[in-house]
Parts: sequence; C-alpha cells; structure tokens
Amino acid sequence: MPRRTDLKTILVIGSGPIVIGQACEFDYSGTQACKALRKLGYRVVLLNSNPASIMTDPDVADATYIEPITAAFAIQVIERERPDAILPTVGGQTALNLAMELHRDGVLEKYGVELIGARPEAIDVAEDRELFKKRMIEVGLPVPPSGVAHTIAEAEALLDLVGLPAIIRPSFTLGGEGGGVAYNRDEFTQIVTQGIERSPIGQILIEKSLLGWKEFEMEVMRDLADNVIIICSIENFDPMGVHTGDSITVAPAQTLTDRELQVLRDMSILVMRAVGVETGGSNVQFAVNPENGDVSVIEMNPRVSRSSALASKATGFPIAKIAAQLAVGLTLDEITNDITQKTPASFEPTLDYTVVKIPRWNFEKFPGSDRTLGTRMKSVGEVMGLGRTFKEALLKAISSLEGGYTDSSGMDEQILRERLAIPTPARLSAIFEALRRGMDPSDVHQLTRIDRWFLNEMDELVAAEHSLDGRFLSSVSPEELRRAKRLGMPDTHLAQILGTSEEQVAARRVADGVVPAYKRVDTCAAEFESNTPYLYSSYEDEDEAGEETRDRVIILGNGPNRIGQGLEFDYCCCHAAYAVREAGLVSVMVNCNPETVSTDYDTSDKLYFEPVTVEHVRGVTDRERPRGVILQFGGQTPLKLSHRIGPILGTSADAIDLCEDRERFNKLMTQLNIRQPEGAMVHTREEAFAAAARLGFPLLVRPSYVLGGRAMQICYTADDFGNALDEALQVSESHPVLMDRFLEQAVEYDVDALCDGDDVYIAGVMEHIEEAGIHSGDSACVMPPTTLTPALRVAMEDAVTRIARRLRVIGLVNVQLAVKDGELFVIEVNPRASRTVPYVAKATGLPLAALATRLCLGARLADLKLPVQDLGGNFFTKAPVFPWRRFEVKDVMLGPEMHSTGEVMGVGRSFGEAYAKALIAAGMRLPTEGGVFLSLRDDDKHALAELAGPLHELGFKLLATGGTCAALRALGFPVEMVYKVKEGRPDIVDHVRNGRVQIMINTPQGKKGLWDEASMRLAGLRFGVPCTTTLRAGRAIVEAIRALRAGELRAVRLQDLSRAP
Amino acid sequence: MGSILLLEDGRSFEGEAFGARGTRVGEVVFNTAMTGYQEALTDPSYAEQIVVMTSPHIGNTGVNSEDPESERVWVSGFVARQFSRVHSNHRAELGLGPHLRAQNVPALHGIDTRALVRHIRDKGAMKGVISTDGTPAAELWSLLERWPGMAGRALAQEVCTKEPYVYAAPDSPTLRVNVVDGGVKRNILRLLASTGARVVVKPITATAEEWAEDADLVFFGNGPGDPAALTGPVEQARRLLGTKPIAGICLGHQLLGLAIGARTFKLPFGHRGANHPVKDIETGRVEITSQNHGFCVDGAQIEALGGRITHVHLNDGTLAGFAHDRYRLAAVQFHPEAAPGPRDSRHLILQRFLALAS
Repeated sequence: MPRRTDLKTILVIGSGPIVIGQACEFDYSGTQACKALRKLGYRVVLLNSNPASIMTDPDVADATYIEPITAAFAIQVIERERPDAILPTVGGQTALNLAMELHRDGVLEKYGVELIGARPEAIDVAEDRELFKKRMIEVGLPVPPSGVAHTIAEAEALLDLVGLPAIIRPSFTLGGEGGGVAYNRDEFTQIVTQGIERSPIGQILIEKSLLGWKEFEMEVMRDLADNVIIICSIENFDPMGVHTGDSITVAPAQTLTDRELQVLRDMSILVMRAVGVETGGSNVQFAVNPENGDVSVIEMNPRVSRSSALASKATGFPIAKIAAQLAVGLTLDEITNDITQKTPASFEPTLDYTVVKIPRWNFEKFPGSDRTLGTRMKSVGEVMGLGRTFKEALLKAISSLEGGYTDSSGMDEQILRERLAIPTPARLSAIFEALRRGMDPSDVHQLTRIDRWFLNEMDELVAAEHSLDGRFLSSVSPEELRRAKRLGMPDTHLAQILGTSEEQVAARRVADGVVPAYKRVDTCAAEFESNTPYLYSSYEDEDEAGEETRDRVIILGNGPNRIGQGLEFDYCCCHAAYAVREAGLVSVMVNCNPETVSTDYDTSDKLYFEPVTVEHVRGVTDRERPRGVILQFGGQTPLKLSHRIGPILGTSADAIDLCEDRERFNKLMTQLNIRQPEGAMVHTREEAFAAAARLGFPLLVRPSYVLGGRAMQICYTADDFGNALDEALQVSESHPVLMDRFLEQAVEYDVDALCDGDDVYIAGVMEHIEEAGIHSGDSACVMPPTTLTPALRVAMEDAVTRIARRLRVIGLVNVQLAVKDGELFVIEVNPRASRTVPYVAKATGLPLAALATRLCLGARLADLKLPVQDLGGNFFTKAPVFPWRRFEVKDVMLGPEMHSTGEVMGVGRSFGEAYAKALIAAGMRLPTEGGVFLSLRDDDKHALAELAGPLHELGFKLLATGGTCAALRALGFPVEMVYKVKEGRPDIVDHVRNGRVQIMINTPQGKKGLWDEASMRLAGLRFGVPCTTTLRAGRAIVEAIRALRAGELRAVRLQDLSRAP
Repeated sequence: MGSILLLEDGRSFEGEAFGARGTRVGEVVFNTAMTGYQEALTDPSYAEQIVVMTSPHIGNTGVNSEDPESERVWVSGFVARQFSRVHSNHRAELGLGPHLRAQNVPALHGIDTRALVRHIRDKGAMKGVISTDGTPAAELWSLLERWPGMAGRALAQEVCTKEPYVYAAPDSPTLRVNVVDGGVKRNILRLLASTGARVVVKPITATAEEWAEDADLVFFGNGPGDPAALTGPVEQARRLLGTKPIAGICLGHQLLGLAIGARTFKLPFGHRGANHPVKDIETGRVEITSQNHGFCVDGAQIEALGGRITHVHLNDGTLAGFAHDRYRLAAVQFHPEAAPGPRDSRHLILQRFLALAS
C-alpha cells in the first residue's frame, strides 16, 4: 500500500528526560521516526521536554515544542497545530501513557486525531497485565500462573496459586519500577504495598517465579498487510529474575535449536496479532525452561524500546525508522533495505558476528543502596561489543565499560560464591575469577543458572590466559599473539598477564602485523554487497573498511551513558559529524553505546562500533589515517586519551592537562589575575589536615580526574572532613585530592564559549538556581541570568575570554564561576563541550557543537559571522531529574556529587513561567494551593519573609517546626506548628502522608543534616511532594507557583522564538 | 599441510580441523541461517556440497535424534567460524564434533568465513576441496580437477530411496499422497502425514504410472543436483501432467517447470538460508521462507506455457512458485516445510497443495 494521503500533519511524542529505564534510545528512535515521516512528505510536530536530544533540534521537525509531556501541553499543541495523527510508539512509556490519557479524556476524538502505530485497544491489552494475560490464555499461549491484585488482601490470596518466591509487577510503570521478587512473606507484603502505590492504576500482577529459566526476547515488526518479520532474537546471559535492562544480553540467541527458536518466532507473531498491534515494532519476552524446553510468554511492549534500539544496532535494521513508515501505511516489501539498497525490508536480518550488551550501573553514586539485580531496572546505560565470536564480543563490551567493570581478584572464597549466586554488577567478573581459580563451569552454572555454553566460552578464555600466564612478551610467538587477539583479549589485559605495558604489547603486535581487520554489519551476512560502512574490528584476514579519497575526520563518542556523561555529549558528537560532512570531509564516528543517535549508521559517513579506548581508537586511526581526531565532544572519555592518540583537531592535549593539573591551573589563574577559591592539592592525610588548618572550614573536597563530582563533598567539621578525605583518596587512586575553600551562599554560573585560539565568543551565561556547592549537573539553571549585575557580567566574560585565549582553546570551553558578595571566582575550566551545550544551543538558536567543529577544522571565529546574542526577552530554564525512587537512598539532599540522570527545559516570557514549566516537565507536582512546610536553617531565616509572604498571599497554609515556626510568628504570619520526627505525633512525616503538605522548603543544617529531616525528605519523595533544599531554589519555586497561578502556561514553538538575526 | 579449504580458483583458507579427518570434494556454497545446522547437515539436497555457515557459532546445541531430516549427514564438508566443542541444550544427545566424526564428515573452522562467503558471492559457487588429513596440495588439485561439479549431475537419482515405502497409512486416510523422492526431507512427509493423509514414498527413478498409482495427489519433493540432468524423471513428469493433481517443492518445482516446458538455470551462488522473502501473488502477503537451491526455473516463460506465477522471490525477482490450473499443478521453489527456518508457509503443504486434489 502506498503511504496514506489522508494524513498531513503528524504529532510525534518524545520520551522526555533521561531516566533509568528510558534513556537516549528514544532520541535515536524518535529522531529516526521524525526524519522518516518528513521524508515521506508529512508535516511533523514534536513534543519533547528534553533539550539535550537531537530530535528537539529545530530542523528535525517542522514544529518543535520543548514543553512538558503532559495532557495540558499536548492539548495546547493539538489545538494550535491540528495534527491528523499522533505517533505514540517512539517515545517510550511516557509517550504511550500520554496518548492513552488523551484517548481516555476524549481529546483525540474531540480534535479528530488518530493514533497511528498502535491503537488504544492494543496498548491497553499490552500494558494492562490482567488483560494481557487473559488474551494470551485465549489464544492458547502459555503464561506463568499469576493473578492481579489491587489490595494486599487480594495479593495474599494469590500466594497459594503462585507460591514463594513470587514476582510482583506493577501495571503501567517503567523499567519494572515498584516491583520485585519476594522470597518471604515480609518481603511480599512490602513489595506488594510499594507496587500498588507506584502503579498509576493501583494494579499489580503477582506471578509465579520462573527464576533460573532462560530468558529470550524477540523483536517483531508487522505491517498493515499483516506481514510479520522477526528482526532479532536476543538471549539473556542472566537467567530469569534479572530485568532485561540489567541483564547482559547476547544476539542472536545462542542456545536454542531451530525447532525451539521457531516456536518462539511463531509465538511472537501470535502475540503481536493477539494484542492487536497492527503496525510497527514490538518486543516480546519469553522464559524457557532449560530442563525441558517449556516456554512462557512474559510480556510484550507494543512500541519501540531499549531492546529494539539494541536490535537495530545489532543487526543494521533501523526498527524505529521502518516502524514510522509502516505507521503511515507503507508495507515492508515497499521499503528498501538501507544497507543493501536493493533488497526489500521484508526479510529477516541474519548475523555473521556476535553481539554482547552489558549494562552500566552507577551504584557508587548511591551509597548504601542495594546492588542486587532483580525485576526493577537499576542500570543507567549500556555498551555493546561486536565481534565475530561471543568471546570477542564479550571482551570488547567489557573494554567499553570504562571503569564499570569490578575486579574480583583476591576475593574471599565465600564472598566469591555469594557473588556468583546473587546477581549484582560484579557477577561477570566473579565468574571469570571463579573459573581462573579452577572452579568447574558446571559448578558455576549451579550457582548462577547461567547457560553452560556461555560459561564454557568464558572458561576457554581463562584457559587461553593460563597458557600465557607467567611468560614474557618476548617468548610469545606471533601466532600465539594472533590467537590471543583473535579471542578478543585487549592489549591491556595481555600486558597484565605478561607483566608488561600496554604500549609494549601494542608495539610488538603491530611489528608482527597482528592488526585488526574491519568487517561490515550488513543485515545479510555478506549475501549482498553493503554500501554502508558500519564497521567493527576483528582479527580476521579480509578488511572491508573501504578507501576514501577525501580527508577523514574522526569523532570520538562518549561511551556508555552514566550519571554525569550522557545524552548531551552524544548530541554534540552528532553535530560534529554533521558539520564534518558539511565541510566536505568524511566523518568517522567511534563509539560503543548502542542507545545513541551517534551510533546510527546514518549519522556519520563511517561508523566504527568500537570501544573508546586507546587500543581501539588507534586501530581506527591507523586504518583511516585521518586529518585528525576530534575529542572535545565525548565528555571525559576521549579527553583521557588525548596524550596517546592523534593528531588532535581542537584544543591541545597540553591545555587539557593544564585544566586538570591544579598546580599548573593555579599558576595560570594567578598570572591572569583571576581569583579562585583558595585551595590545595594533597596526596596524604597529613598533607590534607595541614592544608585544612590553613584554609579553614567549610571545605570542598574532591578527587581529580573524575566525572560528575564523584566522591565530592562539602565539609563543615574536621569529622566530616576526615571521612570525605578517606573516600576521596580511595577514589583518586594515584591522583591527588583537591581541596578548596567552599564559598557559602555564593551564586554559581556556567559559561560556554567558542574560541579559535585567539578570538572568543561567549555563547551562553547560565545562572544556577541552586546555590554554589550543588553540582552544576544537579542544579537547575536559567538563561539569561536573573541576578547578575552588568558589571559582573562584563567581568565574567572578560575572565572567560582571557582564560580561553591563554589556553589557546580551539572549539568549545566551559567555565564554572561563582559570585560571592559581589566578587567573582573561577571554580573550574573544562576545555571541552559541556553538558549544557545542547541547552544553550536550543536557547540561543546557535548550533554550538557544529560551530565548534568548524573551528576544529580550521575556521576562524570571524568566518562564522556569529550574531550579537539576543534571547528575545525569553527565559530558558533547565531542571534536572533524579533516580531517587530506584534506589533505597537514605536522603535526597543535593550536594557536590551529581545524581541526576537527565534534564528538561522550560521556556517562558518570565522566569517564573519558564521555571514552572521546567519543574512540571521534570515531573514535579507543582501545587497551586494547599500547605507549605517551611524549615530553614538559622543562616537562612533572614529570607523567611521573602518566601512566606507570597505563599501566604496566594492562600497557602503555612506549616513549620520549632524555630522556623517561632520566626514566622514573630513576622506575623499565621502558621501551624508541627512536630519534628520523634518530637511527638502527628509529626511532619504524618502530615506529608496525610496529604496536608503540598510542598516543602527545607534548608538543612550542615552536611549531614538531622535524621528527621532526611526521613521527612524521603516521605516527600515517596508521596510526590516536592522538596527543595536550598534557599535560592525555594525562592525560585515560589516564583514558579506564582506564574502557574497567574494563568495558563503557554506552549511555545521553538521555531517561533524571536532571536537575533 | 594443515587443514584447508582449497577453491578451484586457487583461493585457499587454512584453519583448524573439526569432525572427521579426511579429504572431500564438493561444490562450496554458503548458508545464512542462524539455526538449524543439524537439519541442514541431514538435508539430502546438500549432497556433494561443502556447506559454509555464515553464522559464526555452530554446534552450540549439539545434535539430537529428533531433528535430522534424513538417515545420515549428506554434506561433503562443513565450515564455520567456530564450532562448539561443548554443547548446551536439553535435547542434545551428542556433540557436533563426535557426530561429524561418526558420519565421517570433515569440517573446518577458525577461518575468515566472511571473506570466504564474499568470495563465493562475487565469484559464484565453485568447486572446492576440504582436507583435514594433511593430503598434499598436488593431490588436492588433482581431486578437484577430477570432480565433475554440480552442473549436469543427476544426484537426485543417487540419493533417493531405492524401493517404494509406506510412510503413513492411517485407517481412514483423508487423502492419498504419493511423494516422489529425489532426496525428500522428512518434515515434508511428517507434515503431509499430520493432515491424516496416507503417504507413500516412491523413488524418482520410477515411472509416471508408478508415481500415480492409488494417489489423489503426486507430490514432488526436494533433492540435490542439476534438475536439467534429470531427463528421465522430467519425461515421466510430463506424462503425468493433467492426469493427477501435482504439487512440488524445490527440486520438485524445478522438475515440474521443466515438465511444462520451461528452462532452468544456475543461480550465481544460490539461495540458502532462512530469511528469504517471498511474495504470494494471490494474497499479496510476504512470507519469510527457508530456501536451499542453486538452480532456478525461468519465470519469464511460465505464462506463455499456460501457467501462472504464484510466488516471487523479493530479493532478486526470481520465480519462487507457479501453478498450472489446467494440470491442477502447483509448486514452490522454497521450503514451506521449513525445518530449519520460519514456518510462515506451512499452510501451502497443509492446505493449498492438498486442495489441488479436492
């Protein structure tokens, strides 16, 4: 069927901020969908609150709304743009949930909007666990015994049926949030309670546990002509019981015979038809009993998903792009396979290589949180390794993790066995360690239930290690070296085994001609010629990288997503690739993150899906002989390689070093006569305490060369300091620990600037909404600044200009500054694209990363003809989102260590409007009436009137504890005194539980705060009551509430914002 | 000399031996299916072929007694990137290595199979010799030269059953089907029997009368070799036309094509895999099919010969199925019985072909 001509305008809903369970895979899917629909001639309207995404770039859609993904904003967009249809299947659970809400509320009907890609009835069946199970039974598909409950009593009644352990799955939640495995009655009651609470419809499914069964996923596509194809089978290395997002997964499935695979294939197709997904991609999950091959259908997602992004990258078949084309009526046989360019998309990809995905966790950010992996997803990112064999793919994936791999050597036997039995991020290394110690793979299987085939492959790797153990590099023959490389062993690992350095191994290897060949991912196992250089390395004979006559420029990506380094950097890398291509050069991307737009074969001219490590990047530079390598867009990951690869296009390795080396940096600031907080660089406790005595408290302590403020703390007392120091010294390893005088109650700024080595262009000045001391990634911020005086702004721009010029920055630089008592301090300089680049780009309309790329390629700033900046009277705020609910955190207070996973943007004519939008987009229930709880530390009480006044005027009821209450009364405000925790009942937590408090403004005393304050904030988190922990944020939230009360927040089309010409 | 695969154009691949020690000549072809190696090994259509699996890991699930498609392994040699020495599957009874040794089939792994496949893709399927017993190169060359190749080979007559036999004889059969065996896969028989039909298997060397004896439907199965070389069976098939409803699969399809007067030709490197898209012209639906053939019926002639095209291969537009209504005949080039591969087209065997007889 040709494309539908009755549709003109299509609204695409994005997935919003990056959260655990919903990350940049939806930027990849959404961007593909928007591009595909526009190419077919549709007008595309986009709603997505995430400014860091490629899809919200002004040229991806015809009309872009960076607005909260809520019904209220969607209705505004629909009223204004009058779409004929909504595509809700490329924006994760968020988009699906919003589409269903619009459907239920009659909005779609009212405006005559059709849902394409998935009908509401199908979404309901797939998402409602009770309906799904019923439908499966109707069509004769096996499902685990289960029942649906809405109350604890109903749940307990089901225990007879399912027994313990039992799986609890809340309906309509993301990434298994609120669910879990209950091994005993206590756990059961606790998880059931939590699950009912977390499910938006208060429904949970209680299911017999199939722990230890093998888990498989099938990626299925269907078109309106009822053609159904399987794109990829995925086998979970971790058996049932671990969320697939937290599982190591392998494609294609390795341990099924054809007969068993065809059963899953047939069942997947049946599930798709039974649920009624008429077009698009779906993911169906199965459990298979390893003893007898019994199968159970676990669940299906009627939309593109994290797994479909992985499957797309694993196979070269762009699921989201094709799904969008199918949604408007095309059939699979009418679409051409991008990669072969002559065969149709109506086929099933076949792989002549192996794919391994490993999740990346960030538990170290959440001390005390439970690292056990279960049905609730906890990872923040993932890497994919491509190799000809499982061994090679596995080791490449491990190399890609960049510090995400725990070492288990030297571990106590008992603990090692525990690590095998209980799934945690450390299990993979524990398996290797156990095998190294000679444990039989069968015994490892007994403890892990991981399929023996995988364990045997790992055991063969260990045997290969043993054959080299204790030898010298010089005694290893070229054939042995080649064999080891063919197994996938990285140079670093060989160096470790042979007691030498990575450089020595690499030199020897290259001298022996043991170098990688590059193979293509082509969807068809070489049956057809591929015109798309989507490449991976392997130690094989024939190389297919192809020759280019034009100059190549390599862009290094940012590796796995993690807190502190995520989508923002991928956004920059993509723009760099576009800019290189536009400059008439060949753009070459190196990255290993399957979720991203940067690893879409469409983004660059050549894609090397490789770990961003010295060895693999050098492999690519040796092969491509590029004009240069751009490493300023991939965050810290490529920056760390600056001395060992080249030639670098952009800021020099020396300048990068200077910014990390405290002594050199201090000297530079002194030379430039720029103030910075007094500080010291220390290696030992003794040095540290001496420095502390000199500097005085409060002190900011942090390790060097870390990301996202890892182990960074503010210390008010010597006790605090001692603890913080221990952790920092440990995290730092051989690098020094940095200590700075902490600037209390200062206002922090981020400045992003472009520089060509001489001239500097200030691209954005952002004012943090939280005060200094909160990590810049965790602080909301606003452009333009609202409290910065013109004189200070001039001073700030001048300081940044002089720093950039002195560092001879080429490209982007980010400077963090603070203003305290009218004085300007420089806190740190990052000679690279920062997290804020996409946000500044969206706010200013300037494609900063692309401009920086042109500078890297040799353009002068003057050539770029940049305008004098004008935000057109608009305010742009950015607000973070936090994964607190995923972890058993003890507090949710913000600090110098970053915890947020993503961000949203709000645009408004006033600061209040912009901030209100950002808060709503971040998921905050911003109240317009009700109770406000105030509790300020003594130093902040001076601001009480400023906060309480407007709230009181707006009709909010004030509640406060002890001191704050007295202070408020003294100011003449009516206020209800409430108990602190343990002071008496009902206490503040009771009031929060009882719904009497709609917002909390709580600035804690000192670092640790008091325990009752922590439990109060946790209660807020649990019951969805917003809680701010700094005075400045408190003020900002009051302004936001005021704007919200003043009238409707207006949805703004990004393309309409008036900016400088 | 190590273990090697030597191609007639001089290209060679040296790797590690697996399976039996020996030296065998055959046509080197590649198969892109990711599962089903046991079915492929035992598919008589692979007789005298050295099969290269594009999927890197082969042998992971061992072998069992349920999945073979015939009594023995037919391939002359087996090649993959990495054969598994250890298997893991609840149905496995033996490892692939011991199985290949028992069947006396040499296998080779550890080579750059993708390079090999690209070579065959570009140069076409060609003669090759696989050697895992240290046979000197000169001898390998002489073996290669002496081997006649696939074109003109009536292999189906060599691999077929020598005597007719009854595969299934239910008390009150729904239908009586005679299957013409030139190397038929078990699953074709299994599926036919599953409909309640009586299934009798006759050798491809028999006469039209013998094929038609007591049958409501004559069903031509798959098999190896060059269809054009089967002049005797083609002649018998021509005599059968119009006298009985006729169905055919793979070699059977080619034979029936020749019987109605079409020509067959050799594809450059064949269609072997489990992901081949075929469009059913009648329903407009695309089915993902299992395929295994090196020769093809010329689709351009079908209509002129009074037939109609029922199925088209979407990758290259070649003929994937035709019908001849006057003769009550229908045949497909692919394998609706799957085993291995997707089962999208099973309805052809279970319904459409049987309907010819009603």
